[in-house]
Amino acid sequence: MIEVQDIYYTYQNGFEALKGVSLKIQKGQFIAVMGQNGAGKTTLVKHFNGLLKPTKGTVLVDGVDTRKVSIATLARKVGFVFQNPDRQLFCETVEDEIAFALKNFGYSDENIKKRVDWALNILDLVQYRKVSPFMLSGGERKRVALASVLAWDPEIIVLDEPTIGQDSQQKERLRQFIVQLNRQEKAVIIVTHDIEFVAEIKPRIVLMAQGKIIAEGEASEILTNAELANQSSLVVPEIAQIFKSLRDLGFDGNITDVYEGGKAILEKFGENR
Amino acid sequence: MSMFDGFKFRNVSSPIHRIDPRAKFFYVCALFVAAVLFSQIIPLLILLLIQMPLVIIAGIEKEWVRSLKGSATFAVLIFLMNLFSLYLYGSYGSLAQILERSLAMTTRFIVLIESFSIFFLTTSPDLLGLALEQSGIPYELCFAFTTAVRFVPVISEEAQTITDAQKARGLELEGGNFMNRVRKYIPILIPLIVNAIRRSLELAEAMESRAWGASKKRTNLYILKMGAKDYSMITIALVILAISAYVWMFIQIPTLVQIFNL
Repeated sequence: MIEVQDIYYTYQNGFEALKGVSLKIQKGQFIAVMGQNGAGKTTLVKHFNGLLKPTKGTVLVDGVDTRKVSIATLARKVGFVFQNPDRQLFCETVEDEIAFALKNFGYSDENIKKRVDWALNILDLVQYRKVSPFMLSGGERKRVALASVLAWDPEIIVLDEPTIGQDSQQKERLRQFIVQLNRQEKAVIIVTHDIEFVAEIKPRIVLMAQGKIIAEGEASEILTNAELANQSSLVVPEIAQIFKSLRDLGFDGNITDVYEGGKAILEKFGENR
Repeated sequence: MSMFDGFKFRNVSSPIHRIDPRAKFFYVCALFVAAVLFSQIIPLLILLLIQMPLVIIAGIEKEWVRSLKGSATFAVLIFLMNLFSLYLYGSYGSLAQILERSLAMTTRFIVLIESFSIFFLTTSPDLLGLALEQSGIPYELCFAFTTAVRFVPVISEEAQTITDAQKARGLELEGGNFMNRVRKYIPILIPLIVNAIRRSLELAEAMESRAWGASKKRTNLYILKMGAKDYSMITIALVILAISAYVWMFIQIPTLVQIFNL
């Protein structure tokens, strides 16, 4: 669906943010782009809906070069939820906010109403329908921003730092929500630092450092690799650290979440009960 | 934003950067007066050229050229307006004279842009604030001024992010008639203004918790003192001013048309 072919990107101030990145994203894939600040994560994903065009190389979305179509055309396929909801909310009511993109895309009134209802429901915002987005809490504003993108049901969803400023309950809700989206065969791409969050949902991981992809693979391989973690200023999840140090007892060193860990312990010691 | 880029301070060090802002401001004022005195092209070109060494010493050629490029639209506008109004209402004879006069007015504009951009490109907002404060302007005003200057790049970056976010939601800024196009900027302006207000409230709280305004008499870590190079800058400005005044009063300046007998 998205094919990134050896792209380079240099900002106007001369900063070279991407230095030869290639990546393929298939339908229904779930990907987390990770890496330290300034590694080029956001720069990379901004290429997916044409907000940035590569200085060198090409990005194809469903076979179409992003240089050749408008952002609005690409946006219908690639929904992009920005990190900070305050940088996009502007309407008088939550309802209008969600309808904004639908109006831009020229949906019929009837269709808009149906989709707004759906989006309000799915993100648990029905009670705020007529409330100003500016009156909501940070977490709720973030949900409104998410709803305003999901409303047009894009096939690919990019979430930039979705867990920042969310409490653990909201994170759990977000986790379930992402899994649900992914089940509907949507490609979900998250950009994040939150390694514990990633360890739990186990997406495919694209690890970046200094404008390049330094590793790509399954969460259990990448998150437990101390050397890679070090290169990209990440800390291996606590659970993984524990099981790594218990390898002498015969535990698998690739365990990254509590559920798996519990199961492994039960398997090993359960019979002695 | 391109025009403002030509005035954005970059923190480098050069003899011009180290000159006291007050001395530099005096120079800008002197240049301003001199440029306004003359409407002939020869003295204006001289004023344009004598500033070039300053640009070179300060090492700001690139930014300076950018400020000129940014103001090119205005320069062309000034040129055309002079051309038309002189042609229609002026008492000038030949087309060559009208052209020369219009070029002179454009050069005057460029001289002004040049001197202002030298000033702003080589003076850090902090020093400027300090200079204002030491000139007896109330600290609250100086602070408001320096903060405003400092937040310009922040706000322009934010405007870019907001534009990106709205474009990702299908907003198309191009096309449509004038009113439509104005309306399309609402989704960008509202978050920008709301965030600016929010940010200023946060800044106010942070400042108050760091004892802003606790004592009436503030002391400064750095104090500006005029030194030899500052006085020589003022002297240069005075000399330019004196020569200009003398030429203006006692010398009949020929136009290019007269010289070349066009």
